[in-house]
Amino acid sequence: MDDTNQDLKNSSRRQLLKGALVGGAVMGAPGVSSAQSLLVQKNGDASAPIAAYVFLTPIEASFVEAFVDHMVPADQFTPKGTDLGINIFIDRALAGSWGKGDRMYMQGPWSVGLPTQGYQSPLLPSQVYRAGIAATNQHCESLYGKTFDLLDTSKKEEVLKSLDSGKMVFEGGLSSKFFFDIAYKSVVEGLYADPIYGGNSNKAAWKMIGFPGVIETNARNIVEYKNNFYPGKVLGIADVS
Amino acid sequence: MAKKLPEVDVVIVGMGWTGGILSKELSESGLKVVALERGAPRSAEEDFSVPHIRDELQFGIRHGLMQDLRRDTLTVRNNPSQNALPMRQLGSFLLGEGLGGAGVHWNGHTWRWTDMEFKIRSMYEERYGKKFIPDDMTIQDWGITYAELEPYYDKFEKIAGISGQAGNLNGQIVEGGNPFEAPRKSPYPLPPLERSLANDLFAGATKSMGLHPFPMPVANASRPYTNPDGAKLGQCQYCGFCERFGCEANAKGSPLITVIPFAMKQPTFELRTLSVVSKVHMDKQKKVATGVTYTNLQTGEEFFQPAKIVILAAYGLNNTHLMLTSGIGKPYDPVTQKGVIGKNYAYQTGVGATLFFNDKIFNPFMSTGGLTTLVDDYNGNWNFDRSGPNFVGGTTLNGGMYGGRPIDFHPVPPGTPKWGKAWKEAMAKWYSRSMTINSAGSVMANRYNYLDLDPTYKNALGMPLLRMTFDYKPNEHRLSEFTAQKINEIAKSLNPDFLSPAKAKTAPWSVVPYQTTHNTGGTIMGTNPTNSAVNKYCQSWDAHNLFIMGASLFSHNAAYNPTGPVGALAYMTVDVIKNRYIKNPGSLV
Repeated sequence: MDDTNQDLKNSSRRQLLKGALVGGAVMGAPGVSSAQSLLVQKNGDASAPIAAYVFLTPIEASFVEAFVDHMVPADQFTPKGTDLGINIFIDRALAGSWGKGDRMYMQGPWSVGLPTQGYQSPLLPSQVYRAGIAATNQHCESLYGKTFDLLDTSKKEEVLKSLDSGKMVFEGGLSSKFFFDIAYKSVVEGLYADPIYGGNSNKAAWKMIGFPGVIETNARNIVEYKNNFYPGKVLGIADVS
Repeated sequence: MAKKLPEVDVVIVGMGWTGGILSKELSESGLKVVALERGAPRSAEEDFSVPHIRDELQFGIRHGLMQDLRRDTLTVRNNPSQNALPMRQLGSFLLGEGLGGAGVHWNGHTWRWTDMEFKIRSMYEERYGKKFIPDDMTIQDWGITYAELEPYYDKFEKIAGISGQAGNLNGQIVEGGNPFEAPRKSPYPLPPLERSLANDLFAGATKSMGLHPFPMPVANASRPYTNPDGAKLGQCQYCGFCERFGCEANAKGSPLITVIPFAMKQPTFELRTLSVVSKVHMDKQKKVATGVTYTNLQTGEEFFQPAKIVILAAYGLNNTHLMLTSGIGKPYDPVTQKGVIGKNYAYQTGVGATLFFNDKIFNPFMSTGGLTTLVDDYNGNWNFDRSGPNFVGGTTLNGGMYGGRPIDFHPVPPGTPKWGKAWKEAMAKWYSRSMTINSAGSVMANRYNYLDLDPTYKNALGMPLLRMTFDYKPNEHRLSEFTAQKINEIAKSLNPDFLSPAKAKTAPWSVVPYQTTHNTGGTIMGTNPTNSAVNKYCQSWDAHNLFIMGASLFSHNAAYNPTGPVGALAYMTVDVIKNRYIKNPGSLV
């Protein structure tokens, strides 16, 4: 119950901030409301530290927020994507080692390659993300006169399907499917990764599916709960650190 | 200029299962042994501690325990007409790195390969005729027999703490085990793991079809266990964080908690981690190996470590790479089919189905690396007639789960949208209510599947990358079609509410999705120097003091996982070096 109340509180606070931001953008006054200052309250605690974007620019942040809220809408199971912190997860991933191509072989020469040869882009994952957002927004502008985040739900759906199928053609040649696959994966990771990474707030996604988290000694449970739901407490890494 | 160090008796390249076994046994016999591991040191107590290790993102998805491709990778292509490009991210297979190697993050599946593999060409020719084997299928007999390996399989199973049910004890078929296994002299050291609902359903369905289900033999200790060396294993807790993770309960048979600590106690043993070997040197007459060059990654300095015996115990692909960069043995050429180093690279093939049941709860997170129930009727069963489906090799089929970690595992029925409310609703409903049936299939050696050096790309030490040329051939496509059909028959007999059926794989092999880390061949074992890199004692034909370990020895890939014979061959090599080679250095055949 507590969680639900906090979620409501957070989401109304965010509505307010979001309204201010959109207003600023429509007014065309650059710098009036930087999304860098867009506050996302974590953990539902007014005294908790406030997370802000490290990597995403204001326009990119609006895209990512709209993207994760469309993919993960609020329902009886969880609050919406931004209220789960998936946008924060993505921002940190992009700013961090994954976005910078950690553990990837990044020496040339470069070649497009075959689909069976995998990632062959000279761009780092964070650069693909950045280029993909810009190209998708450009596509939305030319088709609908608005960036992705300002489209209505059905148009967002069309855009995402066109990215997923690879039908959308980006100027400059970046594959829309390549971008989408990376972006989609980041949403799934933000939904289900341990909350220490910024997403899956309150372990809501784990509660949704019935995954009990990290501490499991099931040698007895596997016998006791065969063909029955396991009522164990859902624990994240921070709960037992 | 590399700094020359004092000579030792044995230098070992790589410190996973085989490096650990050789290090322990040879240093205990009094030989002075130095082991060089390219990765960092690590310990189960610290690196696999809870909750740290239970981080799916870091270890399961971002491959925290695996090879850092910034320093070394390989290039891939499907056939010689394509331009090979670097594997820039891990995908199809997950290479290990660091103390304990892939032995710390394996699932633990442990099989005994039989004469069906070791005498593959002669047995198939005898039963099906010479024409049954396609011209470009370069399978050959290995020169070794099951009977020779049996004691060493037994040794490895006891060291790694395998939980399983014997199916053939000294020729007696035992109910509940695999009736198609070769005769074993003693049972597994531990009883099988507890069975899950998915295991039970698979067992029931296959039994009623006349098949012979049994529990996967696996290095997940079903009880607390002390192995013959005195290593203590804890009981498996079915935590679901097994493959890709280290085990905090010390329940997974791993070199890090078995052989390596025993080697470390020996005053005659020295381990150097963060030490990357770049070359094996030969003497002027090209008769014996003289030692290895390695780079100390802590300083960037290069050293020459002279040794009387050189043992390559790195991952199979890296053993092959090192042989090629060192110029030892003739590189394989697919056009002339001459040369041996890089020959007969093989992989595995597998397909799977997901079954959704409204009225069943599977608790997929209560699992281990080997909580599956299998049938071997289409593989180990030599009486299974391959002439109808028309393939060489076979497939095992299994029901169960390896772990229900949610980034990786959140199955939804076919036709479910990829995002939005319907997606969430489906994940919420089906996560607990689905099970999988999967397969592991053999891949036969083929003339055009091989390893050589890439002409373009280099690693961080300036060495050419290994180049992998691989694709599934019609033999594997037919096997895959057969497998998908059998899986779907089993799945349908269970009447699931929804089914994502198994689909035969006939598309080219791709480096992108994870498939299996069972890469074999490259420095194969055989009967003479023109068809192989090493003899049946894992001894190089080109230098009698050079021994090669691991799955690069395999002349083709079976449906069974490779670690059983990898461990057995390591113990056999220990025996041969200690009891024969040291007394009389020279060719053992």
